[in-house]
Amino acid sequence: MASTAESVSDPARPEPLHSGGRQRGNPWRRPWALEGFTWLYILWSIVPIGIAVLFSFNKGASQATWQGFSTKWYVGNQVTSVLHNPSLHHAVVQTLILGVLTTLICVPIGVGFAIGVDRWRTRTSQGLNLVMIFSFVIPELLLAVALFLLVTQALTFISLGTEAEVAGLVVWNLSWPAIIVRARLVSIGRSYEEAAADLGASRMGAIRRVLIPMLMPAIFASAVLVFASTVDDFVIVEQLSSTGNTQPMSVLIYSNVHGGLSGPALNALATILLVISLAAALIGFIAYRWMTRGERTQGSTEALTSIAGI
Amino acid sequence: MDQQNTYDKRNRRLWIGLAAPGAIWLLVLFVAPFYVMLSVAGGGINEFFQTVVPVWNPLHWSSFNFSAVWHDIVGAGAYIGPPALRTLLYTAIATAISLAVAYPVAYFVSRFAGGRKGLFLVLLIAPFWVSYMMRMLAWIDLLQQGGFFNSALSFFGLPGNTDWLGGKSVTVILGLVYGYIPYLILVLYAFLDRIDQRLLEAARDLGLSKWRTFWSVTIPLSKPAIVAGCFITALPMVGDYFTNQLLSAAPGTTMIGNAIEGQLDSPGQTGQGAVLALMLLVILLIPMVYYVMSTARASREMA
Repeated sequence: MASTAESVSDPARPEPLHSGGRQRGNPWRRPWALEGFTWLYILWSIVPIGIAVLFSFNKGASQATWQGFSTKWYVGNQVTSVLHNPSLHHAVVQTLILGVLTTLICVPIGVGFAIGVDRWRTRTSQGLNLVMIFSFVIPELLLAVALFLLVTQALTFISLGTEAEVAGLVVWNLSWPAIIVRARLVSIGRSYEEAAADLGASRMGAIRRVLIPMLMPAIFASAVLVFASTVDDFVIVEQLSSTGNTQPMSVLIYSNVHGGLSGPALNALATILLVISLAAALIGFIAYRWMTRGERTQGSTEALTSIAGI
Repeated sequence: MDQQNTYDKRNRRLWIGLAAPGAIWLLVLFVAPFYVMLSVAGGGINEFFQTVVPVWNPLHWSSFNFSAVWHDIVGAGAYIGPPALRTLLYTAIATAISLAVAYPVAYFVSRFAGGRKGLFLVLLIAPFWVSYMMRMLAWIDLLQQGGFFNSALSFFGLPGNTDWLGGKSVTVILGLVYGYIPYLILVLYAFLDRIDQRLLEAARDLGLSKWRTFWSVTIPLSKPAIVAGCFITALPMVGDYFTNQLLSAAPGTTMIGNAIEGQLDSPGQTGQGAVLALMLLVILLIPMVYYVMSTARASREMA
């Protein structure tokens, strides 16, 4: 945008050569209609969520009429608050367990996969990469059904519940670190690593002391994405959970929307889920800025797009 | 180039070792499950317990489940046809609406947001970080009878007692749009942001009007992003079975995902559920392969 603004103020800028198309008004004026439309979209996308958060603090049991502020759906109510209701409580714990376990397994093997496949250039590695990209685009339901059949019909030593959920979530999220780290590998190139090798670093040393630190922002961004997408996951965990104790928040909200636990307690649960995701995003954003502080980047815009995986 | 190759070759064992855990995980938990699905689909059932008996040898696969599903689709009393058709319709309409909304928004933020780009990006990315269940719950709150939406309607003198959550296709389609549009906006934004501004300035300098520049430069340039974005939005919509359950829960709005899930859970029908899932997979392979090929091409150009 800066370049267009400069070219307008530049007095030496030649007038367009043709005579017929005289510009009416300022061609670089702000497009009000587009901006208004964008704001409408943003309101539409965010206001309903704000209202849902608000109703988690409702004094009454309604999700439609405001009856005063209260935190009873979080801590106060002895029966249906998130703190006191065992199934709500379990769901929060289960979500966090799944998020942490999946991130801890998924990110290292995804990073290794990205480096290995990028450097080991054979038919096999290209094929593996293709399989990985398919795992990124396949509708989640199809993978979830296939995984359900796998653990119930073939690998029966994996029981439905946390084990199966983590196994499935790792494979579903593997493409985040694999794709993001690979993109960063391509932009880094190989010269640093080769220089380290020429200067006497061992091959593991070159990776550990040169490559990994340079990949750190990408690794971290993908870890945040894996955690957030695991915490929000519904389809795979719904198919692979077994008893109530292995149902995370998303499944509990789904199964109680039509009857079951009363309204605002679900809003409270959803709000906790929201806070967990946003906290991960915020940590990711700050850490990404910090890790790339010495580099020439586009600053906050790049950090934002990186932790959103674009 | 040669030096790079010797470096890579010398360390081949290391690269294989690094890739191995991820590769094994993918083979065991992504490729193998679909073979199990085939074995269940081609297998039989235990008549007494009504449980699945998978058949591992492809030579012994039977067509029993396949013909059963075929009769459910076309025969008398077919019940798979309507949800399948509905899936197609819902996905097409919801994707079209998403594109119509997402493109102007992504275009504005990438081209005109100027110094406020960071702010707009935060606001556009925010829904991406809010759980899907939370976002659907928000609409359930708003659309219920006595909820804000109906109150707003009656405030403007319109009938405010509509049961929006009682099986309306409109609600489900808008739910799908609301659920998946952030992905489309992000894909479009990422691409539009990389368009070389000088191309657009050149078009204007050469005398094209603002609209002509948009139609004959920006839109053609962003075609790959439109196609990729629509796939990335439509593919999960096709496999969606929870949005309609949350926002309507009526048999008149079921989609193919509900049919698959329902059969999987009912005794004796697991094999038919597997067949349905396989059929959906085969149909979706075409857009999936197209998407994978175009990303592979893009990353080759990048490298």
